[in-house]
Amino acid sequence: MSESNPFVAAWLLIVSGDPTLAGIVALSLRVTLSALAIALVIGLPGGAFLAMSRFPGRGLLVIGCNALMGLPPVVAGLAIYLLLSRAGPLGPLGLLFTPSAMVMAQTVLILPIVLSLSRQVVEDLWSEYEEQLRSLGCSGARAIPTLLWDGRFSLVTAVLAGFGRASAEVGAVLIVGGNIAGHTRTITTAIALETAKGELALALGLGIILLGLTLVLNGGAYLMGQYARRSAGQPW
Amino acid sequence: MVGKVASLFLFLAVVALGAAAAQAQSATGPMTVASTTSTEQSGLFGAILPRFRARTGIEVRVIAQGTGQALETARRGDADVVFVHDPASEERFVAEGFGVRRHEVMYNDFVLVGPKADPAGVRGMTDIAAALARIAARGAPFASRGDESGTHKAELRLWQAAVVDVRQTGGAWYRETGSGMGPTLNVASATNAYALTDRGTWLSFRNRGELEILLAGDRRLFNQYGVILVNPARHPHVRARQGQAFIDWLLSPEGQKAIADFRIGGEQLFFPNSKASAS
Amino acid sequence: MVSAADGSSILPLTLRGVGYGVAGRVLLDAVDLEIGPEGRTLILGANGAGKSLLLRLCHGLLQPGAGSIRWSDGPTRAGDPRHAMVFQRPILLRRSARANILHALAMIGLPAAERRYRAEETLARFGLGALAERPARVLSGGEQQRLAMARAWSLRPQVLFLDEPTAALDPAGTRAVEEMIAAFAEGGTKIVMTTHDLAQARRLADEVVFLHQGRLAERTGAAEFFDMPASTPARSFLKGELPW
Repeated sequence: MSESNPFVAAWLLIVSGDPTLAGIVALSLRVTLSALAIALVIGLPGGAFLAMSRFPGRGLLVIGCNALMGLPPVVAGLAIYLLLSRAGPLGPLGLLFTPSAMVMAQTVLILPIVLSLSRQVVEDLWSEYEEQLRSLGCSGARAIPTLLWDGRFSLVTAVLAGFGRASAEVGAVLIVGGNIAGHTRTITTAIALETAKGELALALGLGIILLGLTLVLNGGAYLMGQYARRSAGQPW
Repeated sequence: MVGKVASLFLFLAVVALGAAAAQAQSATGPMTVASTTSTEQSGLFGAILPRFRARTGIEVRVIAQGTGQALETARRGDADVVFVHDPASEERFVAEGFGVRRHEVMYNDFVLVGPKADPAGVRGMTDIAAALARIAARGAPFASRGDESGTHKAELRLWQAAVVDVRQTGGAWYRETGSGMGPTLNVASATNAYALTDRGTWLSFRNRGELEILLAGDRRLFNQYGVILVNPARHPHVRARQGQAFIDWLLSPEGQKAIADFRIGGEQLFFPNSKASAS
Repeated sequence: MVSAADGSSILPLTLRGVGYGVAGRVLLDAVDLEIGPEGRTLILGANGAGKSLLLRLCHGLLQPGAGSIRWSDGPTRAGDPRHAMVFQRPILLRRSARANILHALAMIGLPAAERRYRAEETLARFGLGALAERPARVLSGGEQQRLAMARAWSLRPQVLFLDEPTAALDPAGTRAVEEMIAAFAEGGTKIVMTTHDLAQARRLADEVVFLHQGRLAERTGAAEFFDMPASTPARSFLKGELPW
């Protein structure tokens, strides 16, 4: 591919129906959505717990989560690399250079975002709801689903921020995935590779495809949010 | 809380990834080759691996790194075979017991590229050491890998031959990119700098700008590739059977022909020279 | 029909030497009080006398700094479905009116079918059926307070605490809430409420608990209290408020 216009390059890539590209896109989505799912399962209730509880060291934990939102992906990647390497503590699992390793790295990257943002949202809600919920016998762990559901519109931001960071990230997945053709090559690592090969138009074309995917997902989330807001009176 | 989250995370990770682990550990699973950016990015593996797979059914996964990083990956036991191009490091790797045995597979050559305007006036020279000395004397920009890769080490040996101490230049004209061959060529192209590159990467590199080959053919630019099976005695999980099959195939007439057949724009990039094949 | 008949009565509520302070400031001091099942108990007093605080302590939202607060079968705690509370500003969840009631019923562990039945019954009982699907947070202030009352009613509490439930409402809203209070009382629910609206207190009270500067000043039958209160603070309180 020596097309010099990135938009044409992107278009040609899409219409060619190239199975390699389809595989790369599918892997990117699989890795990113898996990481997002794990981060949400842990981060939403975790953030809510952090918002509602008071214990020594809580402040440090909150600061730590906030700071880790800025964790450089390369550092996260390197840490997971050393953890998963055969010479590392989880080496026997044989996970280095697999999509699972990439999922782990991205989970580490976006978990602090989900934790911090959901803590913020739930903290505001909890200060408003606390007396009423305790009066209704809805406190402690039982309050978490209630608070997450009532914060759902604000929590969409946490989900999208997590998705954005994971899907745009290249440093960590490159290190722990190895950018192996047909196995751990994602859109972002393919962009890095094509850039390295001097195929700048193709690299930018892949970038356009990634941006398109992100736009579609964000647009979908926005429309769903609008619809849900409009029908927020519906039984759930 | 920290402990709770951490252990939950670990638990999820272990459970979710258990299946992948089981697959990765099986003796019939795919094998991993730690190789160099020059071989991967030139497209060599894309051309020869399907032939190997058709013959043996073995899937090969290639991680493209600099030679130094590739050997380090193998040292940690994260690859089954290394396929790199820095004979001195390779022999040390084997001597330290990380590799079983080093086999020579093929060679290509390094070329000196630079801007068409050639501010240092090296075009037409045949002595790479003299050319580098002239670049240093003129202070013409030079982009170096600076990443401990095979190419970088070869470059440093040539500077030594030119009696130029690049460590002392303070970055005025000698710029280390600390990245792979492609990114380094991107830098050279953008800043009209000279650079030493393997011919394979150069031939498949698209963003040349004003750059062209100014010097090639010096015997010291000879670039030998070697392949080594990671020592299963050191790392028991190494897929020795598949790894050995891959090495045997590379050295066989069939593998050597596959390498010779790989061309870009009609030009052959790598020249097989395995001793097994020759004998 | 509100029923206090499932299980025995938790009344009387007994307060012994109850005190509460924040940062060295005493807000309630040495309150001894027994609230029995009969009639509606109104807690009166000037701003800052400790009325709302006393309700929150009785409901178990706050723990007393001194003394004890016990129902007939043990110390009070928030979340016991046998006593409910309605706040001055209704706190409703960001979901439909019906879902607010369903949520409260889920919290007391009712099976789903029973929840749906009770929610419909409650909405119908208080004429809120038309609002069932509406997001609770976009209802008017009066509608929100009626929904909060209905939610409490659906729980079938033996005791209902009301903290200035009509303070933010217009006369029509106030009337609607007072009618709902009557419905609770008819159903056998003990009403314990604070108000600063003396006219409302005259309309609703069977007995009055009067607080003055964090202390129990007097406790009297309603008719007697409004005719000739026994304590000096109550007398000046009533005098000061006489324009009402």
